[in-house]
Amino acid sequence: MAIDRSIIGRESPPAVFEVEKGAIRRFAAAIGDETPAFARGEIAPPTFPTTFRSPVPGLALDLRRVLHGGEEYVYERPLRAGDVLHVTRRIEDCYEREGSLGKMTFYIVSAEGQDGDGEIVYRSRTTIIYR
Amino acid sequence: MYEGELSPGQELQTLVKASVTKVQLLRYAGASGDDNLIHTDVETAKSVGLDGVIAHGMLSMGFLGQFLTDLAGPDGVKRLSVRFAGMVHLGDVISCKGVVRAVERQEGDRTRATLAIWAENQQGERVTTGEAEIWLAVRQR
Repeated sequence: MAIDRSIIGRESPPAVFEVEKGAIRRFAAAIGDETPAFARGEIAPPTFPTTFRSPVPGLALDLRRVLHGGEEYVYERPLRAGDVLHVTRRIEDCYEREGSLGKMTFYIVSAEGQDGDGEIVYRSRTTIIYR
Repeated sequence: MYEGELSPGQELQTLVKASVTKVQLLRYAGASGDDNLIHTDVETAKSVGLDGVIAHGMLSMGFLGQFLTDLAGPDGVKRLSVRFAGMVHLGDVISCKGVVRAVERQEGDRTRATLAIWAENQQGERVTTGEAEIWLAVRQR
């Protein structure tokens, strides 16, 4: 598969997500994290932004061929129940690498979540490996 | 965790998680919205050459998130960055470990610790590795 580097720089329109108490509780319970503030659904665990699912512009991948290579989160403050986040995604880079499983394509996708006041709450950087 | 309780080179207290179960993967798939069936459906996992379902990488990152909030409190994490180096299978017992790299006083009288962190399985293989920054509380005088 020839890679299309023209997708680099593509950005999604903001997708809006409300941080709900029940969703925090279920997420913490699935991890087995009994931290009281999470179990009460007040503060969201650090990896909660993974629940904000929105399309990456220009990427339509067969999930069975997708590997998650890495993930980074940087927080300006913790996410709390009631926060409404506006999340934009951007394709930062894509390149091919020869690996043990043959030729693989790497996609680096960043995201930024802003609250209702336009303040940045978190940033993320995802490495997607497509084989 | 207070400023002064961590110093460079120090090993952090290990967090040992309960073994990974199928119910946990189903719950995590639902709670996280990750629909990839390689985590929940054996047929799909086998169709891509796996022996069985594998855990979401993000679940092991979630374990490391817990490891950090156990240290720094639910609002004390500044950065969490990982690479998914190996697969986690059903029944695996994951331990979260870490070492303090640096402790630095920041502007605004806050102290930040930088940590090397990883999650390893019962064979001692590091399945998820990375780095984190946490805020340490400053004792009131």
